[in-house]
Amino acid sequence: MVVNTLTYLDHAATTPLRPEVAAAMAAVHDAGAGALGNPTGSHPAAQRARRLLEEARDEVAAFLGRDPGEVVFTSGGTESANLAVSGPAEAARHDRGEAVLLYSAVEHPAVREAARAAAKVGLHTFELPVDAAGIVDPDVLARTLSARVTSVSVMTANNETGVLQPLPDLIETVRRRAPHAYVFTDAVQAAPFVDLVEATAGADLVSLSAHKLGGPVGVGALAIAPRVVLEPRQYGGGQERERRSGTQDVAGAVGLAAALRLVAAERATAGPRVAARRDRLRDGLLRAVEGAHRTVPASAAAGVLPGHLHLCVPGVEREELLVALGEQGVCVSGGSSCASGALQPSHVLAAMGIAPELAAGAVRFSLGYGTTDDDIDRALAVVPAVVAALRRGG
Amino acid sequence: MRVLVAMSGGVDSSVAAALLVEQGHEVVGATLKLWGGPSDSGCCSVADVEDARRVAQQLGIAHHVFNLTEEFDRLVVAPYVGEHARGRTPNPCIECNRSVKFDRLLHRADRLGFDRLATGHHARVHGAPAALRLRRGADPAKDQSYVLSMLGQDALSRVVFPVGDMTKDEVRATARRLGLRTAGKPDSQDVCFIGSAEGRQGFLSRRVELHPAEVVDGGGRPAGSVDAVELVTVGQRRGMGHGTDGKRRYVTHVDVAARRVTVGSAAEVLRSSVVLAGSSLTWVDRPLAAGARAVAQVSAHGRPVPCTVLLQPDNAAEVVFDDPQRPVAPGQTVALYDVLDPDAVVGAGIAA
Repeated sequence: MVVNTLTYLDHAATTPLRPEVAAAMAAVHDAGAGALGNPTGSHPAAQRARRLLEEARDEVAAFLGRDPGEVVFTSGGTESANLAVSGPAEAARHDRGEAVLLYSAVEHPAVREAARAAAKVGLHTFELPVDAAGIVDPDVLARTLSARVTSVSVMTANNETGVLQPLPDLIETVRRRAPHAYVFTDAVQAAPFVDLVEATAGADLVSLSAHKLGGPVGVGALAIAPRVVLEPRQYGGGQERERRSGTQDVAGAVGLAAALRLVAAERATAGPRVAARRDRLRDGLLRAVEGAHRTVPASAAAGVLPGHLHLCVPGVEREELLVALGEQGVCVSGGSSCASGALQPSHVLAAMGIAPELAAGAVRFSLGYGTTDDDIDRALAVVPAVVAALRRGG
Repeated sequence: MRVLVAMSGGVDSSVAAALLVEQGHEVVGATLKLWGGPSDSGCCSVADVEDARRVAQQLGIAHHVFNLTEEFDRLVVAPYVGEHARGRTPNPCIECNRSVKFDRLLHRADRLGFDRLATGHHARVHGAPAALRLRRGADPAKDQSYVLSMLGQDALSRVVFPVGDMTKDEVRATARRLGLRTAGKPDSQDVCFIGSAEGRQGFLSRRVELHPAEVVDGGGRPAGSVDAVELVTVGQRRGMGHGTDGKRRYVTHVDVAARRVTVGSAAEVLRSSVVLAGSSLTWVDRPLAAGARAVAQVSAHGRPVPCTVLLQPDNAAEVVFDDPQRPVAPGQTVALYDVLDPDAVVGAGIAA
C-alpha cells in the first residue's frame, strides 16, 4: 500500500523551497528585468548581476552578523565545510610544514572526511570526544589545545540529534588556550532556528546551506573572518576575493538571501510553534511506543533544536522501520547513507556511547516551518502501529 | 501477492521483478549492500545498486537498499576466511544464500508484510504445500539449484523464482523487449567480495597468515612447494606439475598443521565416496532412506553422478559414487538429486 499524501518529517535532510524564494529567483532571470550578465564583467548586464550578488551578500552577512567582505558563496554546506577545514590546513602546511586539526566526534561527514583527507597527506588530526548528549566538554577541549593547533571544528547544532553545542564557552576556551587557532562552526543545521549573530559570535568560520532553510539546493556560504589565512580549494578566475573561483550563481545567492530573510523574520514565532508540535510528537510516541528511548537524555543541560526528535526504538531495525513508515507515507530518516544508498551505522550515536543494539532502531523525526498539527496526528497514528506490526513479525 | 524482489542489478533479477509486475503483483525491489570493501564484481558495487534502482524506477516500483554488511561479514566472510585457514574449501555463495538471502532477508520480508521473497535464481519450486520440491532451472547451463540445495520447506514455501522456467536467452530477450538497461549486462562471476586485482590469495593474506608448504608424493618424496597451503584444494591440478612419469599430478591430501601437500596421479586421486557432516545435512522434504539411490552434484556446474547414500549412526551420510570420482574437498557442498526425478533436489550436505 503506497499512500499519496505524504507526512514529511525529514526537514533536517532538506526542507521544501519556499514560494517566496522561488519567486525571488525567478525574478533574477525575468526577461523584463533586463539581461543578466556574468558578475565579473563591466557592461550593464554584468553590473546588474553584480548588484544582485552583492545585495544578497549583504543579507547573508547581516544574518550572520558579519562584514559582507567575509561572506563567500559556495555550492552548499559540504563545499563550505571542506573549504573551512582544508583551506587553513593547506595554508598552514605551506607556511610551517604542519597543521593540527581538532574536530568534534559528532561533526558532519563534510568535516570528518575533510579532516581524514588532511590526515592522509600527513597532517595531524584529533577527534574531540563528546559526552552522552553529544556535547564537547570545554574542559576536555582545554586539555587538548596547544599553541600548535590550526583549527577547531565544532558544529553549532548536530544534524542527527539537534543537540546544540556550548559554542560561546568553547570559543572562549580556544581564545584563551590557543589564540592563533581558528574556530569553525558548521551552522547548517542550526540556521533555521538559531540566531547565529549571537550563537556564532567570535567564530572565525561559519558555514550555511540554503536548502536546509527553504532555499535552493546547490547554494551555500562560508563566512571567513579577516584574520583567517586559507588556501582555496578551487582555482580559476579569482572570484569571491580569490577564495572561491568560479562564476557566481546569482540566482542561487538571491535565493539564499531570500530564504534567510524569511527565517530571520519568522524565527521568533516559528521556533516555539515547531517546538510545541515536536514536544507533542515526542510525548505521544514515548507513551504509545513501548520502550522508545530518547537518544538525547532529557536531563542533558544542552538545548536541542526545536524541530529535532531523535528516538531509539528497541526491537526494530531502522531500515525496516523506514520502509514500513514510507509505505504509510511517513517520511523520516534513519541516519546517513553511503554511496549506494544503504544506511550506515551512525558515528554520532557511537560517539555518544549509545549501545549498537539500541542504535539499530534509531530514527530521526525533523519538523520544519511548514509542519502542521495534522502531520503530527498522522505520525502519532501511524508510527506506533507500524512499530507494533514489525515487532509482531509482519 | 505482495512480493519483495531481491535485485542485484543483474539481468535475471531485473526480469524477475518485471515479470512479477506484469503479473499484477504488488512488487517492491531491494538491493542488498553486502560488502563494504573494494570489489569489482557481483552484488556489491555502487554501479550495480544504481542499475537495480534504475530498473525499479522504470518498472514504477519502490526500491530500497538494505545494509547487511555486518551480517555478511559475520555469516559469510568470516567463516570463509576461517575455513580456508583450516585448509578447507568453502562455498561462500551457498553460505550467503543460506544465512543472508534466505534467512535474514526472508525474515525481513516477513516483518514488512510481504507474502513472498523473489530472486532471479534459475531454479523452480513445484509441488503441494509441505511437499514442495526444488527443481533445476529450465536452462541447464544456468541452473542454480545447487547453490539453493540447502533450502527446506519453510523457505521454499515463501520464495518465488520468476525466471526459473526461462532460458538465459529468453531472460535477455524479455529484458530487451521491456527495454531494461540491464539486458546486455554480463553474468557475474567469481566471489563477489574478492576483487580481481587482489585475487583470493591477496584477500586471504590480509586476514589470516598464509604459510608455504612442501609438496610430497604418495611415498613421501619431495615434489615441490607451494606459497600458501591454505589455498590448496584437494583434487587441485593447477600448480602441481608432473610426476616422474610425465603425467599430471593432483592434490590428494592437504595437511595445514604439518604444512604438507600430498600429490598423486590421476588414478590415485580418485575417491569412491565422500562423507557429509551430520550437522550440515539438510533435506528439502524428508530424509532419504538409508541405502537410497540418488544423483550427486559436487560443484555449481558439475556433472551429476549416480550414487548410493549410506546414513551413519552420528547422522552423517556417506555418499558412495557408482564410479570413483575426483575428490570432494572438505567444505564443499554436495547436492543430492532424486534418482527418479533427476531435476529435483532432495537434500544437501557439506563434505567433512
